Parts: sequence; C-alpha cells; structure tokens
Amino acid sequence: MARPKIPRKSTAIDMTAMCDVAFLLLSFFILATKFKPSDAIPIQTPNSVAAKVAPDKDVVLVEIDKDGKAFLSMDDKQIKATIADEINATKNLNIDKAAFVNAQFIGSSFSQLASFLKVPEEDRKSSSLPGIPIDSTKGPNELIDWMKLVNDAYQGKKANLLLKGDNLAKYPAFKGVIDAFKKNDFLKFQMVTNPEAIPIGSELWKNNLKGEKRDE
Amino acid sequence: MAEMDTSSGGGHKKGPGVKKAKKLSTRVDLTPMVDLGFLLITFFIFTTTMSQPTAMRLFLPKDADKPEDQNKAKESGALTIILGKDGNIFYYEGILDNTASNFKNSNFGIGDEGIRNVILRKKASTNEKDLVIVIKPSSECTYKNVVDILDEMSINALKRYALVDISDIENQLVVKSEQNAAATTK
Repeated sequence: MARPKIPRKSTAIDMTAMCDVAFLLLSFFILATKFKPSDAIPIQTPNSVAAKVAPDKDVVLVEIDKDGKAFLSMDDKQIKATIADEINATKNLNIDKAAFVNAQFIGSSFSQLASFLKVPEEDRKSSSLPGIPIDSTKGPNELIDWMKLVNDAYQGKKANLLLKGDNLAKYPAFKGVIDAFKKNDFLKFQMVTNPEAIPIGSELWKNNLKGEKRDE
Repeated sequence: MAEMDTSSGGGHKKGPGVKKAKKLSTRVDLTPMVDLGFLLITFFIFTTTMSQPTAMRLFLPKDADKPEDQNKAKESGALTIILGKDGNIFYYEGILDNTASNFKNSNFGIGDEGIRNVILRKKASTNEKDLVIVIKPSSECTYKNVVDILDEMSINALKRYALVDISDIENQLVVKSEQNAAATTK
C-alpha cells in the first residue's frame, strides 16, 4: 500500500507573538520595580501577621538600628523647614536650614546637629553616627523634644507615625521611643514589619475564614 | 476572515511586465530576541520586591498620673507575660505570690509549653471580659520579641492587652531563672 503523503510542515514558528508578550511583561516589570534606595541605616524588620500596607505619605519615621541608636526622618520638606526654623529660634544652634531640609535622616543630638549637617550626605552611615539620644538613664531623651517639634510643625494635621526597629534592638531603645511618643500625646503609631503568613488553625485564621474584618 | 496582503515583501506575485528580481525575505528570526526578553524578565522578576512592608498598629494608653485613674484589671483574668533574654518567656496568672511558685517558663515555640498555648488555655478558662494580658518586656529582650508577642495577641484575637514596665521583683526573678537555666544546661 502506498503511504499517504504527509506534507512536511516547517518547524519554524512565528516568534513575533511570543516576542510581543515577552516585551510586554518586561516593560511591566521594569515599571513595577521600585529600586530600594541604598540604606544608610541597615535595618532588619521583624515579621508580623499585620496585613495593612505601611503608609508612604506624611510619614514621620523613627528608626532603631541593631545597636539601639535612633534616627528620625520625615518626608515632608515644608514641615522640615518649619522645624529647622523652630530649632534655630529656640535652641540657638544656628543650623543650616537647607542642609536640614535635604538631610535624609537626623541622627545626632541637638548639640552636634550643626556638625552632623556639615557631613556630606553619602558619608552619613548609621555605624559612625551617635543617633538621637533616647536612653533616659544616660541623659535627656531628646526624641521627646523632636516629637514636640514634629507635633508643633504638623499643627493638628495628621502625621503617620512609623517605627521601624531592628530585630536585634534591645527593648530599652524601644521604650525610649514609646516614652517620647507618649509624652507628646502621640498615642497611635505603626510599626513597620515584614508580612508573614497567619499560622493555620489559630484564632485569627479562623476569624479570617469566617470572613470577619480584622480590626488592627 | 479578511486578511491583509502581506506579500509585498515576499514577492510571490508577479505582475505582468515586472522583472523578476531576487527579493530577500524581510522575516527575521526572532528567537534570540525572545530569549533576551525572557532573560530580562526573569531578572526583573527576581529583583522586584513585590511584598511591601506592612505596618502593625499599636495604641498606647495615656499615662495616668494618679494611681486611682489607672485601669483596674481583675486579678483572676490577668496573665502577665515577661519577656526575657534570648526569646525566653516567663508568665504568671493573677498576682505573683510571695514564693513565686506560679512563675513559669515558656518560649516562642508552638509546643505545649509555648506561649501561644499558654495564652489559649488562659483564654479558654477565663471570662472574656476579665481577660487582660500584661506584657512586661525586660531590658534584655529585643525589639523582635516585643513585636512577636504583640503579633501573638493579634494571632490569638485578644482584645485587651497592655505593655507595662517590669517591676524590680520580676526582674530579679527573671535573672535568677535565667541563671538557673544556664547552670542546668552547662
């Protein structure tokens, strides 16, 4: 019996469609990627089951690094300018306002603030900086003054108070920060954490299954 | 379906009077380009941190100046958790008695002695209205421990808990227990 002739098809496929998809995905990922700004303060945050995304507007961020040193940063330049004026007016430190506004974070006591601001931005590394004094056993907790300045500068506008602590930071540093918040009636704040899965079988897990809203 | 005439480059049709010219195909092999595309995609997928940091809320109580203003907790419903060094946890129910016999050990594990089961047992055995967890971090514990225990509160759906300073007696007990533990393991 004669074999039926099977027409030979070319194995070459049209790659155009695949190429389109590939580059579409590529452009998506390029646009979605937000490169982390290189951290001057390396911090490993702990995990929690909290599901709320940390806010990124009107942020007043207090960071505690692994040695328990505290750093303060704010994103609103106008607020910073107000604070700089206030510091110059009340504490007579004569700090450079522009440098203060552009500084990514504050990491020194008031007395060294002027010299801290003279250090070029890229040389400000948490390891070489003293941090804001927060240990009330070793002197005044200056974060209290800072929070007062922040409070005055925001004038009732809502600031998102964030605390970002390192896994290894000791509790006294945390307590110093809490005290500073409390003294200025900042009774609501948020702690930055990494997301973590809710343990299966726990109460929260059951509540979530029932579709209950979490009040965080 | 309507089809577009794409043959202009291919040169299959020969109109009358058109000279036969050798036409090169405009088709390009796209395989290397696709390869490159997917290579870059994988790179960006791996470098993208999709998980944004989350935030955990904490409400602080206002400091009451007078002791009579402070919230009173029922003794039977209180569970005090003390955070020690290296993730050690100590706890007692109600009020610490003089001989410290109800001062017990625990840890962050999920075993029977783990703090989660301790909390759950306490929750099951007490009236929900009376249940108060008092968290007392010692000066030796880390920020991670504090966040973990606060996290435990939300995992176990506890409504009432407070972060309180540790007292001297408790601190001494913690130090003593930790020394004992160190001595037995050596």
